[in-house]
Amino acid sequence: MTIQGKRLLAACAVAAFGIAIGFGKPADAQQKVLRFIPHANLSSIDPITTTGYIVRNHGYLVYDTLFATDANFKIQPQMVDKWTTSPDKLRWEFTLRDGLKFHDGAPVRPADVIASVKRWSARDTFGQAMAATVDSYEAIGDKTFAIKLKKPFPLMLEALGKLSSNVPFIMPERIANTDPAQNITDATGSGPFRFVRSEWVPGQKAVYERFADYKPRSEPPSWAAGGKVVKIDRLEFRIIPDPAVASAALGAGEVDWYEQPPVDLLPTMARNKDIKIELIDPLGSMAMLRFNHLHPPFNNPAVRRAVMMAVNQNDYLQAIIGNKEYYKVCKSFFTCGTPMASDVGIENAAGDLNKAKQMLKESGYKGEKVVIISPTDIPTNHLQSLVTEDLLKKLGMNVELVATDWGSVLARRASKNPPDQGGWSIFHTWWVGPDVVNPALHAPLRGNGAASWPGWPTDATMEALREKWLVAPTPAEQVSIAKEMQARAYEMVPYVTTGQFQQPTAFRTSISGIIVSPVPFFWNVEKR
Amino acid sequence: MFAFVVRRILATIPVMGVVAFLVFSLLYLAPGDPAAIIAGDIATADDVARIRTVLGLDEPFHVRFGTWLWAVLHGDLGSSIFSNLPVSTLIGQRVEATVSLAITTLIFAVAVAVPLGVVAAWKAGSLIDRAVMVFAVFGFSVPVFVLGYLLIFGFSISLDWLPVQGFVSIREGFWPFLRQLILPTVALGTVYIALIARMTRAAMLDVLSQDYIRTADAKGLRADRVLIGHALRNAAVPIVTVIGIGVALLIGGVVVTESVFAIPGLGRMTVDAILRRDYPVIQGVILMFSFVYVIINLLVDLSYTLFDPRIRY
Repeated sequence: MTIQGKRLLAACAVAAFGIAIGFGKPADAQQKVLRFIPHANLSSIDPITTTGYIVRNHGYLVYDTLFATDANFKIQPQMVDKWTTSPDKLRWEFTLRDGLKFHDGAPVRPADVIASVKRWSARDTFGQAMAATVDSYEAIGDKTFAIKLKKPFPLMLEALGKLSSNVPFIMPERIANTDPAQNITDATGSGPFRFVRSEWVPGQKAVYERFADYKPRSEPPSWAAGGKVVKIDRLEFRIIPDPAVASAALGAGEVDWYEQPPVDLLPTMARNKDIKIELIDPLGSMAMLRFNHLHPPFNNPAVRRAVMMAVNQNDYLQAIIGNKEYYKVCKSFFTCGTPMASDVGIENAAGDLNKAKQMLKESGYKGEKVVIISPTDIPTNHLQSLVTEDLLKKLGMNVELVATDWGSVLARRASKNPPDQGGWSIFHTWWVGPDVVNPALHAPLRGNGAASWPGWPTDATMEALREKWLVAPTPAEQVSIAKEMQARAYEMVPYVTTGQFQQPTAFRTSISGIIVSPVPFFWNVEKR
Repeated sequence: MFAFVVRRILATIPVMGVVAFLVFSLLYLAPGDPAAIIAGDIATADDVARIRTVLGLDEPFHVRFGTWLWAVLHGDLGSSIFSNLPVSTLIGQRVEATVSLAITTLIFAVAVAVPLGVVAAWKAGSLIDRAVMVFAVFGFSVPVFVLGYLLIFGFSISLDWLPVQGFVSIREGFWPFLRQLILPTVALGTVYIALIARMTRAAMLDVLSQDYIRTADAKGLRADRVLIGHALRNAAVPIVTVIGIGVALLIGGVVVTESVFAIPGLGRMTVDAILRRDYPVIQGVILMFSFVYVIINLLVDLSYTLFDPRIRY
């Protein structure tokens, strides 16, 4: 072979190698892509069948709502332009904004709204309360619909503007007609982002693109209300299950925002000048100890009161968070820092072990076994369970801790059998602040027996107070009834609050415009 | 030979039938309820019961198993209870990452372990031999996730040479693909290096003491020809067996590596599915794994004929 031939061959080989290895595609050079590590895997896309917060967050990207809650807990119109109420409060008429479109190009019609509200109200507790008063729905023309009631429902806007799960998202009628117990498969909405289903790999990533035809409101953003102006082209949920790797990925700039880094990793992350750590969730979460009211020993309110007296929230908060910056003692049954919260009755949860022992002795506790079901794969719940196990032993109770996974806990806690026959006595969980902010939303406070959230307390007084709250005409009366409910809760003890904690978020300094809110929103967020 | 291959392939059918029945039975008996997980923490018992009915989870065992088996026989593995995506699509999305990691790990492990084992046997009792054995003990002893974290800290965080996590398809270019796999391959490959190196050393020691090796030495053959041409070839059968077992273990054993390096592979998908009780996904993946295991064993058996002409089927 000649020298030229060898050179040509070498050049061809280099070129072929270059093509083979690919020199790093300029993938995101044109597009602004925000890479976000969510707190959980997006395994379902139906925000009505499931109450999972990750699916709710997905819902806020893809769908729009008729009304929305703002940072002052006020309900503001979102898809709705104007609305009226008849003098007898039995007819509500709503008119949609101009230019609302679904991602498939179809206009948002009253029929879509009615089907969506019906599906939501079949699943959601607040929706069910509303649906119980509805006589009929009526579509009027292209943009207007009416809800006719059998009796007044003053919280209509609060229901339609509900902030957290289940949120009344508006879907096309063909999708919203799906059975409320069956997952939808099509994520077409009219929200500010379009779900890219072809790129969805459950357990790895979910992708959203800016919906160019979305018409944001003109008001500034405030929680779920106001203008949803999208300033990025593409949003990628990246699922990184290992917290240490997730924080390393944020430090290396492989992702832009890590929603819920564990508190013990924060000091390391804080040393990176390219990372900001902030509290963007003003309400935080409420941790709790839930009793099974059906079986001994916790079918006895005196035993429940004794345990409540023993609970020292600092022990729980130290175990699950460990940093006082991110937690506070909150003994209210409603989220501390919100209008319904109060100090009524908190002396009954003084954390006084000696008094609790005395109360337990007087309660008639006969040494029945207490079975605590605890998910080791959810540290916040498992750590609370360990504290409770220790506490109950100190009280002199007969305790068994069943450590298992979350899936098994959910299945076992649905069982109404006695604790030693596959049932349970106690489990721990937590609710995000907006879910326990008022009696309409507050499922664990209810006393509706077999139909209530697992634990099944029956308390007619509590239910009557809730009904009274739902039709209370003024905010002052609502506060007064909420206080009565809290006093009643301290008597019947549906559960024990174990503290309020906040989860910091971490993001690259190249990110700005994050909305301070109990729900992570992605409009208004900019990436340099 | 052809008849043997056909016989073995046909034998996969009853094997997979038994696997299918056992997996279905275990899942049926295991605690947990996907309906409760779908409904979420806030749901009431009525919500869960309604979802269970819609999903057909309240049907008796024989009805559910029969329905599933009939669909599988028609090539339909079903759909995820949660995402509603077909199980075949979910496996298709994940198979590339797992197979890529398994292949790079296998190549890396064999390329490093076999020479190490050969040299250790050749220099048995020497410092080199001891060093190889110390490395082997280290490889066995250090958990994959610890090694993974150390590699991330060293090569991604401190030196900033390689990415922390993720997977890039080979369609995006060979170098981006390989770059993502270097650390997971080293982390996962170390234990297999230890396993294969020890087995290679033991097999080689056995062969090196044979008369025909002494004869080859006496004839004045070069050491490399004696080692590779005579000794290694005769020691290959147990080594290939271990490699075959290693491949089978790799397919199922990548779970930790996939979790540490956030690689979207089958291992992670299986664990996620088990935690959520996503029955169709668990059943589909295990059925696929059992098929792969049978095929790998068949390939290992066939490879014996290449190394040992005395073996015939």
